[in-house]
Amino acid sequence: MPLFEAVRLALHALWTQKLKSFFSLVGVLIGVTFLIAVVSIVQGMNVYMTDQFTRLVGMNSFQVRRFPGIQTGNVSEEQWREWRRRPLITEADAAYLMAGMRTPVLTSRNCQGRTVVRLGGKEAPDIGVTAADASIFRIKNYDIVNGRAFSAQEVRVGAHVVVIGDLVAERLFEGVDPLGRSVTMQGIPYRVVGVVDKQGTMLGMSLDKFAIVPFTTHAQRWTCPHNGIRQLEVQAADVITMRAAIDEAETLLRARRQLGPTEENNFDFQTADAALEGWNKIATILFAALPGLVAISLVVGGIVIMNIMLMAVAERTKEIGIRKALGAKRRDIMAQFVVEAATLATVGAIFGVVLGIALAFVVKRYTPLPAAVAPWSIGLGVFLGVAVGMTAGILPASRASKLDPIEALRAE
Amino acid sequence: MTEAVIQMREMVREYQMGTELVQALRGVSLEIRRNEYVAIMGPSGSGKSTLMNLIGCLDTPNAGEYWLNDQEVSRMSDDALARIRNREIGFVFQTFNLLPRATALQNVELPLVYAGMNAGDRTERAVSALARVGLGNRMDHRPNEMSGGQRQRVAIARALVNAPSILLADEPTGNLDSVTSAEIMRVFGKLHAEGQTVILVTHEPDIAQHAARTIVLRDGQVASDSANPCSVAA
Repeated sequence: MPLFEAVRLALHALWTQKLKSFFSLVGVLIGVTFLIAVVSIVQGMNVYMTDQFTRLVGMNSFQVRRFPGIQTGNVSEEQWREWRRRPLITEADAAYLMAGMRTPVLTSRNCQGRTVVRLGGKEAPDIGVTAADASIFRIKNYDIVNGRAFSAQEVRVGAHVVVIGDLVAERLFEGVDPLGRSVTMQGIPYRVVGVVDKQGTMLGMSLDKFAIVPFTTHAQRWTCPHNGIRQLEVQAADVITMRAAIDEAETLLRARRQLGPTEENNFDFQTADAALEGWNKIATILFAALPGLVAISLVVGGIVIMNIMLMAVAERTKEIGIRKALGAKRRDIMAQFVVEAATLATVGAIFGVVLGIALAFVVKRYTPLPAAVAPWSIGLGVFLGVAVGMTAGILPASRASKLDPIEALRAE
Repeated sequence: MTEAVIQMREMVREYQMGTELVQALRGVSLEIRRNEYVAIMGPSGSGKSTLMNLIGCLDTPNAGEYWLNDQEVSRMSDDALARIRNREIGFVFQTFNLLPRATALQNVELPLVYAGMNAGDRTERAVSALARVGLGNRMDHRPNEMSGGQRQRVAIARALVNAPSILLADEPTGNLDSVTSAEIMRVFGKLHAEGQTVILVTHEPDIAQHAARTIVLRDGQVASDSANPCSVAA
């Protein structure tokens, strides 16, 4: 019997018993839905994280830190203690690097803290405040839409000025031009000189709740550790220059700290790559868990289909007898039931693909999680459906093909 | 090729029923020639059904030989037998045995599907077979939309569609009223007149009378084999 004929027959059988068919293919459906949805979300996250990290950190910039700011996985007690023993990055360290580096780079001493920004009776809580050098705006790629950035001169003299994020401007100034007005942080007034372009959100968190003040202001006292800075932000023209700059900074800092050849660095360089590593680990775990989860649903789906097919063989014994009497060979009967099971599972898989894509879109639309459907996952989903169906169909089909025609014809 | 379509020699068929060995056929020999119209009769337990299954290649004997159209089928494998059934035998059953979800046309096409014929030729052959039994206007009806007589005619069309060597009918009128039975017997008569070899298995003497020759089985052996003097077909 030609394949097309068998598929048509199978679809017909499916259609005449819609409800039963639905229940029998629900396992495969869930498995494939899951596959598509999870792959879509992880893929989407991948693209998104890469974009965002590149935007936030910049592929061509790095930070000189005491120890990594973003830890991935579990950090051992011992590691923590080692990090804690490290000396702080001091202003003198930073000055030494800034003066000593030959590679053309932009640098900024940075410290971060969180506080409430007040204006008269109004307040914007939980604002990330950075005390930095003037080059921070170029390093972070911040566009000033209103006013200006603060200058190196203002940093030198410790002018109490501030550049605020879009959300802070909105929260405190609502329709009023913030330029020239004073906001208060930790009791000290700062004059607003600029507002940064809206940055949007990342994973649902606003990127516009920040304020940047010169490194030399009062804010240094509550953003920086005692006698140190959080990090030195360094930006090179491109990734290759950045690598060279890292090497250079490493040599300089090791020399300054008089580390012997066998001693490890007692400082750390953090790049966008390092930050992305964290996400990559999560993605790897998700991708590692995915086959297991999909496999479980598909095995359950396969067992359900096998049972349905065994029932179908029992119910249709007479039909099998008739077909055999009319000349169906073993393999004709075998093919009929295998194709029927495969069709059942494939229909389930196709619905699963549709549902999975729909789910990915719902996630994208209504949650901060991004999603991008991966074409290979669709192919894989359908393939798995066919494979599960055929596998599940083999036992029932073989049973059907071995029925004795006389016995089968006698069945009611 | 000899005149004989069927040649059976000393056919024995035994079944194991629990601990007991039942001898359904104890050495049956018979020969049926091309274009014969034969009735096989006998009370229940006479081995009639067993013989029919053997003639129809649904079963193989424990001993003896069966030659169908010069091929020895008594030693064939399951799949080879399926091929023989497909090409040489046209079955007509008491309970029609149509596929309930398929239309008359699809039912009649079924043997051709297993013969590997392409869709176009299949439909053509099936349409003409249905026309031959007077059902040219019922092709798209499903079995449950048809009367018993119509169903049996669909079954006859299905049996004929592969141009088989023998038309093997097992109590073809058993589920029909007398008027419809007569109608079906007329179809068999007509097919026989057109050159078809017909074998009827029945326990009703008046149905057997339509055939030209009656073979009576008793206790697994041929009790009598005689020409029918008052045969309708003769």
